[in-house]
Amino acid sequence: MSSAATRPRIDWGGVAISVASPIVALAIAMGLTSVLMLISGLEPSVAFNTVATRMQESTAWIDAAQQAVPLYISAIAVAIGFKMNLFNIGVEGQYRVAMLTTVAVGTSVDLPAPLHVLLCLAVAMVTGAAWAAIPALLKVHRGVSEVISTIMMNYIATGVLAFLFSEVFAQREVGDLNPKSKILPTSAWMPNIIEEGLHNLTGFIVVAALLGVAYYLLVWKSRFGFQLRASGANPTAAKTAGINPRSMILRAMLLSGAVAGLVGMPQLLGDKHAYSSDLQLGLGFSGIAVALLGRNSPIGIAFAALTFGFLDSAARFLDLEQIPKEIVTIMQGILVLAVVVVYEVARRMKQQRTQERSSRVLEFASPEAANA
Amino acid sequence: MGDNQFRTGDGAPTAVELIGITKRFPGVVANRDINLRVRAGTIHSLVGENGAGKSTLMKTLYGMHRPDEGTIAINGEVVVLRSPTDAIGKGIGMVHQHFMLADNLSVTENIIIGAEPMRRGRIDYAEAKRRLTELKAAYGIELDLDEIVEHLGVGERQRVEILKVLFRGARILILDEPTAVLVPAEVDELFANLRHLVDEGVTVLFISHKLDEVLAISDEITVIRGGTTVATVAPDEVDRRALGELMVGSELPAPDTQESTITDHVELSVRGVSARESDSDPRLVVSDVSFDIRRGEIVGIAGVEGNGQFELVEAILGLRPLATGSVQLGGRDLESLSVSDRRNGGVGYIPFDRHREGLLLASPLWENMILGHDASHRFSRGPWIKSHHAQDECDVAIKRFGVMTPGNGAPAFALSGGNQQKLIAGREMMSEPTLLIAAHPTRGVDIGAQAAIWDELRAARSAGLAMLLISADLEELIGLSDTLLVMFRGEITAQLDPSDATPQQLGSYMAGERQGASAP
Repeated sequence: MSSAATRPRIDWGGVAISVASPIVALAIAMGLTSVLMLISGLEPSVAFNTVATRMQESTAWIDAAQQAVPLYISAIAVAIGFKMNLFNIGVEGQYRVAMLTTVAVGTSVDLPAPLHVLLCLAVAMVTGAAWAAIPALLKVHRGVSEVISTIMMNYIATGVLAFLFSEVFAQREVGDLNPKSKILPTSAWMPNIIEEGLHNLTGFIVVAALLGVAYYLLVWKSRFGFQLRASGANPTAAKTAGINPRSMILRAMLLSGAVAGLVGMPQLLGDKHAYSSDLQLGLGFSGIAVALLGRNSPIGIAFAALTFGFLDSAARFLDLEQIPKEIVTIMQGILVLAVVVVYEVARRMKQQRTQERSSRVLEFASPEAANA
Repeated sequence: MGDNQFRTGDGAPTAVELIGITKRFPGVVANRDINLRVRAGTIHSLVGENGAGKSTLMKTLYGMHRPDEGTIAINGEVVVLRSPTDAIGKGIGMVHQHFMLADNLSVTENIIIGAEPMRRGRIDYAEAKRRLTELKAAYGIELDLDEIVEHLGVGERQRVEILKVLFRGARILILDEPTAVLVPAEVDELFANLRHLVDEGVTVLFISHKLDEVLAISDEITVIRGGTTVATVAPDEVDRRALGELMVGSELPAPDTQESTITDHVELSVRGVSARESDSDPRLVVSDVSFDIRRGEIVGIAGVEGNGQFELVEAILGLRPLATGSVQLGGRDLESLSVSDRRNGGVGYIPFDRHREGLLLASPLWENMILGHDASHRFSRGPWIKSHHAQDECDVAIKRFGVMTPGNGAPAFALSGGNQQKLIAGREMMSEPTLLIAAHPTRGVDIGAQAAIWDELRAARSAGLAMLLISADLEELIGLSDTLLVMFRGEITAQLDPSDATPQQLGSYMAGERQGASAP
């Protein structure tokens, strides 16, 4: 029996598969989108040229980053759940409810600037967690699938928010087509760190970066993260190992909800400064796609969010070339589908490689091979 | 040794003949130079340890993969089997260990699925029933064709599987570990059924590692070891021990515990423990079980799988609520303690099913090393995992328990079952538990490593470990235990002193005989 305790050398082939798979997925998405454009009588080269030209301008990347920040936060919220096979589809409802409570609290207190912002973030996180607590408790105590309950909670959020906004918070002025709540005092505004003409990037990029670091440390370096991943990988083994599944579900869901609460903050504290009827919605759903594309890794999600952010911000330039901007949404959708398929193929290839590599290593070490 | 002595046929026609079958998988030779000759109308057993290559061989014969070398002849005709469909076409049917039945369909529907007799584009149930009734009568199989499978017991489900392959015209039946899921009475029924089948000219290939059963049912026995066939014998030529030695290729290593190290200090005290099937099913699966384990003592539990051993362990670990009774560890009542409190309080556990309960298959070995022990200072400081320490500990376990792996970063799925088992044994032993619950601690492990694990268990016992040993390997149970208990239908039905217990005696208790007035 040889001492086999040597560390395996880096499997460069495996690394290559990992790097190639998002690129392959992107290529498939571009290819299929081109086919769709051709079918609709559009010229794909015009679209891709417009996007390529746009890529060379620095303002494009400011816009992309600005768009990417809420997507990144949303994807982190989803990824926390994914790490233990919890599907939090309720990020959408969680962040929208959090926006309203943040406006309610934020407009009714008077604090110096940094504290005011921090208070708003805290309120948002608590609200998001509270909204997520309902499906979490339903799952823990009644076995209700979180997929169903979080979707339902989104509908409830929509209804409750519409009611509260129009009946309580909206400040109607005669002739105003775009009602909004009271405006947050400037002490609650998140300052810009980059401004270039009409393009700006708020301090939320720093919040997102810190969140990414915290997510990494929590999930990959802490005991809680280990328990979270173990529960996701093998619930029976985790339970046998003494990891309480109910408590893990509750904690993961609350954490996911708390992060989800932050998704609306870049809009609220960095852009609109009020709850209004023209908020950007759907960030919770895009977050699911971004988390999938980024494979739940903090770095991967950053690239994925930037890709989505860039496509979103490039959309209006396509309009100028008579190409409907919806093509971007279609491409994002195809990208997610391609990613799911390509990543699964890549996973199998890597698994096969690992198995073959380890049996090759062992063939030389095993006594049977020595006798043969 | 009687190696390489193959009995040549005595005139009866040959149903299956395998010559020089070799099958390689990446990095391993699963079967090499297999020679097997099965006479028609006999029960031919294939025995061998876990991992000896029995399943690979049967998959070859059932067309699930093709051999790299060698030929297969069915009824004297050389055939190439590309798929199970080919095999069925040649009259070969396989009854898998895990049933593949649709619970919500009737027996008839389950049997004809995929081979439905049709009439004017519709399923001809009348014809199906007529043929099934004929088959039942011809082979003496009792089964209600209209019953929903959900309502059937395990033995009946197995008969459905058998009838299913007969319905498809099989005349050569492969049964893969058919008794693993059966209680003794069901085993008897199965054997009666098999005898009847053989009388009608069917050929049965019976795969098992339970030597007593093999000796009881077979006309001939072929032993497979290290991927190749080593001998074919008749049951009247060998006894259990000789067959066991053919299987392992040497004298059976006797796991003798030597002198007693039992102290007076009771570590685990189980008193009147009962547990239910589930919240919704109030049947008692553990019923009024009491025993003590002292420091330095190994208490072994014998019993056919599924007689409450697993549920008893769950109750001790806190994974299953107690219906009655109490469990004390080191004098402390465990009732209010969670699973993690118990595990961190010194309860080690080598699980029944390593894949389900013991491993994160996609995670690296060093992370698997932490599973269940992440609260230990060996693996964490406060809320943080000490990954370098975990990797070092994993390297120690790999060395000490001889885990064959490219390194501590290899995912658990890349290891063979035996090596996974060694890692789990290492993980649990190295946490230095005060109580170790070891379920089949050497299952699937090769003989050399088995002896090493036994040595570790014995050393820990001398150092004061209290151990609950559950095993299907009677030699292991008798050799290691200080006290032997037999569990049957959730109850402790016998208590024996292993120094004068025989496998025969244990076997009859395991089959449901109660210990008489002569109980110690």
